[in-house]
Amino acid sequence: MTALGGLLRKEWFHIRRDRRTATVLIALPVVQVLLFGYAIRTDVDNVRLAVVDPAPDAQTISLRNRFAAADVFRTVAVVPRITDLDPLFESGAAQQAIVFYPGFSRDLGRGEPAKLLIITDATEPNTGSLLQSYAQAVVNQWVGGASRAGGAGGGVHIVPQVRMRFNPTRESKNLFVPGLMAFVLTIISSMMTAISLTREKETGTMEALLVSPLRPWQIIVGKVTPYLAIGFVSVVLVIVEALLVFHVPLRGSVPLLLVEGALYILVSLSLGILISARTSSQRVAMMFALLGTMLPNILLSGFIFPLESMPSALQAISYVVPGRWFVTIARGIMLKGIGFEYVWRETLFLAAMAAVLLAASVRSFNERLE
Amino acid sequence: MSDLAIQVKDLTRRFGDFIAVDRISFEVKEGEVFGFLGANGAGKTTAIRMLIGLLQPTGGSARVAGYDVATQAEQVKRSIGYMSQRFSLYEDLTPRENIRLYGGIYGLTREQIRTRTAQMLDRLGISSVADTAVRSLPLGWRQKLAFSVALVHQPRIVFLDEPTSGVDPITRRQFWELIYDAAANGTTVLVTTHYMDEAEYCDRISIMVAGRIAAMGAPMQLKRDSQVASIDELFVQLARPDGPTRPTRPSSPSGEGSR
Amino acid sequence: MRRILYLAQAEVLHILRDHILLAQVLVVPVVQLLVLTNAATFEIRNTPIHIVDLDRSPASRGVVNRLAANGHFDIVDTTPSVDVGDDHLLRGTATMIVVIPRHFEESIVRTGVGQVQLSVNAEKGSAAGIVQSYATQVLTDYAASLRPVDNESRIADAGSRPRIEVQARSRYNPTQNYKHYMVPGILVALMTIIGTLLSAQNIAREKELGTLEQLNVTPITRGQFIIAKLLPFWVLGLIELSLGLLVGKLVFGIPMVGNLALLYCVAAVYLAVAAGIGLWISAIVDTQQQAMFVTFFIVNIYLLMSGLFTPIDSMAPWVQKVTMINPVRHFVTISRAILMKGAGPAEIAQPFLILLGTAAVVLVVAVGQYRKRAA
Repeated sequence: MTALGGLLRKEWFHIRRDRRTATVLIALPVVQVLLFGYAIRTDVDNVRLAVVDPAPDAQTISLRNRFAAADVFRTVAVVPRITDLDPLFESGAAQQAIVFYPGFSRDLGRGEPAKLLIITDATEPNTGSLLQSYAQAVVNQWVGGASRAGGAGGGVHIVPQVRMRFNPTRESKNLFVPGLMAFVLTIISSMMTAISLTREKETGTMEALLVSPLRPWQIIVGKVTPYLAIGFVSVVLVIVEALLVFHVPLRGSVPLLLVEGALYILVSLSLGILISARTSSQRVAMMFALLGTMLPNILLSGFIFPLESMPSALQAISYVVPGRWFVTIARGIMLKGIGFEYVWRETLFLAAMAAVLLAASVRSFNERLE
Repeated sequence: MSDLAIQVKDLTRRFGDFIAVDRISFEVKEGEVFGFLGANGAGKTTAIRMLIGLLQPTGGSARVAGYDVATQAEQVKRSIGYMSQRFSLYEDLTPRENIRLYGGIYGLTREQIRTRTAQMLDRLGISSVADTAVRSLPLGWRQKLAFSVALVHQPRIVFLDEPTSGVDPITRRQFWELIYDAAANGTTVLVTTHYMDEAEYCDRISIMVAGRIAAMGAPMQLKRDSQVASIDELFVQLARPDGPTRPTRPSSPSGEGSR
Repeated sequence: MRRILYLAQAEVLHILRDHILLAQVLVVPVVQLLVLTNAATFEIRNTPIHIVDLDRSPASRGVVNRLAANGHFDIVDTTPSVDVGDDHLLRGTATMIVVIPRHFEESIVRTGVGQVQLSVNAEKGSAAGIVQSYATQVLTDYAASLRPVDNESRIADAGSRPRIEVQARSRYNPTQNYKHYMVPGILVALMTIIGTLLSAQNIAREKELGTLEQLNVTPITRGQFIIAKLLPFWVLGLIELSLGLLVGKLVFGIPMVGNLALLYCVAAVYLAVAAGIGLWISAIVDTQQQAMFVTFFIVNIYLLMSGLFTPIDSMAPWVQKVTMINPVRHFVTISRAILMKGAGPAEIAQPFLILLGTAAVVLVVAVGQYRKRAA
């Protein structure tokens, strides 16, 4: 065991001496979560509203004020004609517009339906739907109407009572930050792989290690352990950040989350070790493939886009994306407060991936020795 | 002074605390074949890189082809050719394409490029592989090609950094024939090498030890003055670990001696 | 000068002979386009729901049938137990539980009002709201079908309250197709990767092999060198754009409402920025591998902050300001504006000018810090 101990100590010295790299490795995920936590959101707010009011009067102004008073909307332009809207929409200056038809107030006064046109920028379909329902809600409020069905009196009403579970405020940050954790941990894992690879290539130490009395599994343990430690520190910091800066709830077990985080780092590092275990030319090809698929990997982890929305072929592929499992686990533990009995399947997947990758690494090392 | 191709005075290069080139001074006349000898790590490549404008000197001065390397590096580059220690032509291009590229960069006309290409390929005996990727040529041919490309624009001076490293003896000799050809045409050649026997092929040589010039002069002269049979022996004397690693007497441009 | 042509000619030869590179340019982006476009969607369809029907009346079954028939929903289970439903929510196998309480039908007959409980997994943020509104719409439609509106009561109410007839119109993306929204953005991503990665890799490789040194010894100026180096990749980027638009049109049927020539103009400027950044990256790395890593790292950050995946408008205000210096953001905005909205030069003037300015700065800096001689 002393051979392994020596290797561990050497790796530890490397890290201690290279303070700058270690600092970057720890600071980077923290900075990234900070930046992306505020950037990756899908909440609709501060909607830029344009108003077409050819004949402003008490009624139209009253409704306009109602819109202005609603937090969600912000009136950015008031124009006399519908055609004035085109440049506003095309440049993105306005996301939505309310258009008062001529005779709006007159019709209201006579008790006839007054016509209002709501135009919504629907390039992004979901945003479009949401904007529409927000605008409709403001109109309904102004009218003082009861149900959104719009029917006055008479008829049957089915009233939904809605409970929003696990994320009552429906803030998208709660959805994205746990996934973001997976994402940044993936990034530093690949960085750590790159760093150890670069160092090894420069000094040619891989060959030296291989001909030493160290057995392949010991080399692997020696290489993975120090980075696992650094990665774990990142896991902790990132979770703390999620809690303190973004106030993401943590309803489940903290130790379980930490263990799962450590497991996820292990899987990512194992992939890196496998790459470094290969010979030079294969390695370039593998890294190329890895980096080339980084974007799909991000998307297929369910971090931003829900897996349920993807075609089944892609959902099937996501099974081998380690990030996908950790995203599910992190969201489950933090938002739903579920325990191990609900995430054992996902944990098993991660553990299996780690095992397969490490076994492949051992085999590669053995091949190189021959 | 107009027949001096290279004039170096107290040229120095530091990297932090480490002094790679320590106040070297020497001169090379037009048309000379000057051998820049020394062990690996003695500072030869660093010195050359300063002379060809790839590295800024930290002290001293040098004039190459009449231009100051510190302030007129780009003009220097117009008058020189360079063959680096590492093979630095494009391996995925053919010899013909490499020659065309550099010919074009140095401003030769299409006609000139065509003529020189034919001449070069013929002289080197590689016409048969003129259109195969350089990658598939044997080392010796590649080195000779690199040398020729360095001369494609017929520069006044050509700098060769270890041109015969790793090459078989026959190719080495062919290489030196090429060098003599160039010198016969009036080109000044500064060649570095760690093969001490190649010193005999040069008009004058200098031997660098730990960043300084420890000996300089015509090979015959140096051997006589130090009473050694070969330059190799002289070098061993100069670089011996139990002796002083730096020469006790500062070297002088006229090429006086050793310890 | 002629020097540029000679060097560019050599570059083209390199590119044509480098099969991996050609794959990177022609094959990989197309594959990525196909995969990413299918993956990057917030579309809500086949939302799994669990129904707890405690009434088992014709009315409740009516609700269930309506939900089943609706394309947005996928009924995964119907049990009498709320706990089972809850379990589904916890496991993630259902996104919403619909609980129809006992005496549902009775309540409707007696009072005209029935209640249905919706428990939605709000993990999904705003998507949860959309799911809820779809469900509500189903309920409302169903309610309207149960008894025709009494004309009398309508007139009776006429004077009591203002009534507004709201017409809703959507501009752009009439088919509500997520792919149409994503393709322009993904094209930008691909062009960025090509423009930045390939130029960074290319120069880093020359550094690694030592061929860069040989060029630095020649009298070629930095300007000539840089133009000759970046020009081929700039062209490749434009070819990429064409290829992407073709695939987008043929496979996904993306709209091309605006002026394509305008798009190409902007692309030309954008690629200059991307190549400039690649050049800058190549100056700070030593090997091709490092170039790959650093580029992907930087490009990823740019992409996530560009409004490509998640809207700029949803970002925290301070972050929105930060993205103003992100060239990707501007090109994504412009390409969506041109392709989907038919925007013209006036409407994209602001982001375009920013891109122009960025190109100028990036190229000046990149050229300025390129040294033929080490200090």
